[in-house]
Amino acid sequence: MIYLDNSATTRTHPEVVSVMADVMHNVFGNPSSLHGIGAKSQRLLEQARKRIAGTLSCSPGEIFFTSGGTEANNLAILGTAERWRERGRHVITTMVEHPSVFEAVRRLESKGWKVTWLPVDSTGRVSPDEVEKAITDETVLVSVMHVNNETGAIQPVSEIGRRLERFPRVIFHVDAVQSFGKIPLIPAECRIDLLSASGHKLHGPKGTGFLYIRKGLEIFPIVHGGDQERGIRSGTENVPGIAGLAKAVALAEGKREAFLEQTRRWKREFLRKVTNHLPDVVVNGDPEQDAPYIISLSFPGLKSEVIVHALEREGVYVSSKSACSSKKETPSRILKAMGRTDEEALGGIRISMGLETSEDDLTRAADALIRVIPPLTQVMKVRKQ
Amino acid sequence: MKENCILLRYGELALKGKNRTDFENRLIANIRAKLDKFPGVRVTRTYGRLFVEPGDQPVEPILEELQTVFGLVGMSPAIRVDSDWERIKEAAREYVQSRCPDARTFKVTAKRSDKSFPIPSQEMNHRLGGFLLKTVPGLKVDVHRPDLNLHVEVRNTATYIYGNDIPGPGGLPVGVSGRVMLLLSGGIDSPVAGWMALKRGGELHAVHFHSYPYTSERAKQKVVDLAQILTRYAGEIRLHVVPFTEIQTEINKHCDRSYSITVMRRFMLRISEALARKHRALALVTGESLGQVASQTLESMTAINDVTNMPILRPVIGLDKQEIMEISRRIGTYETSILPYEDCCTVFLPKSPKTRPDLQTARDEEARLDVERLVREAVEGTETLVLTERKEDGEEEFSYF
Repeated sequence: MIYLDNSATTRTHPEVVSVMADVMHNVFGNPSSLHGIGAKSQRLLEQARKRIAGTLSCSPGEIFFTSGGTEANNLAILGTAERWRERGRHVITTMVEHPSVFEAVRRLESKGWKVTWLPVDSTGRVSPDEVEKAITDETVLVSVMHVNNETGAIQPVSEIGRRLERFPRVIFHVDAVQSFGKIPLIPAECRIDLLSASGHKLHGPKGTGFLYIRKGLEIFPIVHGGDQERGIRSGTENVPGIAGLAKAVALAEGKREAFLEQTRRWKREFLRKVTNHLPDVVVNGDPEQDAPYIISLSFPGLKSEVIVHALEREGVYVSSKSACSSKKETPSRILKAMGRTDEEALGGIRISMGLETSEDDLTRAADALIRVIPPLTQVMKVRKQ
Repeated sequence: MKENCILLRYGELALKGKNRTDFENRLIANIRAKLDKFPGVRVTRTYGRLFVEPGDQPVEPILEELQTVFGLVGMSPAIRVDSDWERIKEAAREYVQSRCPDARTFKVTAKRSDKSFPIPSQEMNHRLGGFLLKTVPGLKVDVHRPDLNLHVEVRNTATYIYGNDIPGPGGLPVGVSGRVMLLLSGGIDSPVAGWMALKRGGELHAVHFHSYPYTSERAKQKVVDLAQILTRYAGEIRLHVVPFTEIQTEINKHCDRSYSITVMRRFMLRISEALARKHRALALVTGESLGQVASQTLESMTAINDVTNMPILRPVIGLDKQEIMEISRRIGTYETSILPYEDCCTVFLPKSPKTRPDLQTARDEEARLDVERLVREAVEGTETLVLTERKEDGEEEFSYF
């Protein structure tokens, strides 16, 4: 099996599984219980928080655990909007955000907020100039993702953060779900107020994630109850999950540099081979600038789903656009925003690597692609006529 | 030859004679202990100056650590070059361009302690200033309020080029003033008081009163955490945890409720004093702030002080709550201090404690108890924890990550 759908999710690392199993067996207390068994869970929780804070060079008090990236993004956007609505009712975001940002912002729009949906260029990047130009006295929030989940485009978030230094009242949220643990991003260095991350994108457990909230920034909770996570996210903490998340972060950190260096090389070689053999392929984005671990290709005239299944027969698992929306038969919103035609946007696939991916995986995936595409092209073209 | 170093400044004028040597030795030892975690970093003293030589280590984290060393008044990352005019010029240009790219105005302050160097200080100011004006575009001279005051110090062994001074935490090196015993509760004030005692050169021991099951393990853990935070400034701290349950129960059973706080405080002082003597501490330190709570009126302090002759230092007496909170935020204890666990002062808190207790009444109330035995047993049952500044992710309770 060659698994190249790591942007959808990653295989839970065996060491993460064993940490979680051990925690479930031995550290089962409710962190909110007053007795020693609860206290032990709480100490584990705090140690995990500290471990994670370390990778963001922030203080543990700035990490708030959530049920994952979607909840972190929702909390960041809706929690900020509710707390700071008196400042104005204007949000700036891009047209290529993940649905968990996109839909949350749409929700605000339906409640009367003004939204600036910024376009992206042909490589999928938003321009910092446009962000700056869009800011008004009413602007409460700017939300821009770090790495795009479909194309791997890296948004210029540090440059945007630098521009925002002149607007101290504007809150800056970065969805770092696809980059956290892989491409370093230090919130304090980039004037980021809120940063979301998820555990299962880096070989941690599903259902884990966190929101970084800059010290001193107040936002309102969207989940109410027993005041866990200092009232920002009530609900008994997922202690084994959080321990697993911290373990995954620790493992990822050790491999990060080699991972980036290798995937850059593998991606280059993969694209060289594929474009040589398949002249009709369209490479989305800017392969040299984008995240090296995501490859986005379009085969105009073919349907994503067909390619995915054809590759599956060869034992290669990839994705059509983002996993969360791959069941819908609509052209990719992201590829459309980059100026791709409907045909191109319908025939997009994503190959995404994880920390366990090997060079051999990429070589064999390229070979498989080169084998399956030509016959498909013939069939589909016949049908089209 | 060209390399980076950090010049350290300390308040040497405060102390003269033999004290000054003790002072310097202690400061150097404290700096060395603090920088122990950076391999290859050297701390040296030459001609009345202290230097940190970072070797291959980045300077920023070292400066951050030095910010917690009391006794340091200022620090300046510097470039050290051979005392050669061309090299000095080159280093000055590099300093201005790469380290202070935002500086628009500057002046040069040259100092020539090596008189064999051919260019006198004044002339060096002129010549270097002129050279920088010519080579760095956009830079202007402002001798009154420059963005950058570029110091050039020509000494016997080498020349040092450095910019504006980064202020240090000030105070006296921890340890020069002798050992003190801090009464550490879980509140906001006592850790600040401890920090202030450290700032005046005290070496810190701490005592905490633990009334399990009235107060929880978490309340104790909170105090351990607070002491742990203070080790950043203190180095090692010994935390004495006193079993206090029996004393509190006895007070509650036999004494008038309105005097229970006063009597409890008297016990705390007696025990703290006994522990101080045992561990050769010369004073007690408390977080008391006049008028803040019932036990902090002058009448109260009179009734409580009655049991000891040992000096009691109250460093936060002159501060109000806002100022104390501000310090606690700055030194990193605030977030821990506000965690809501019962402590021994709140467990048996009477509805109306006497705000102006009478000394004789306090003595009479207390006479109903076997004071000597209770104090002795509490001291004997005391558990001592040795807390040291954690080296990078040192001994954690769980080894999962």
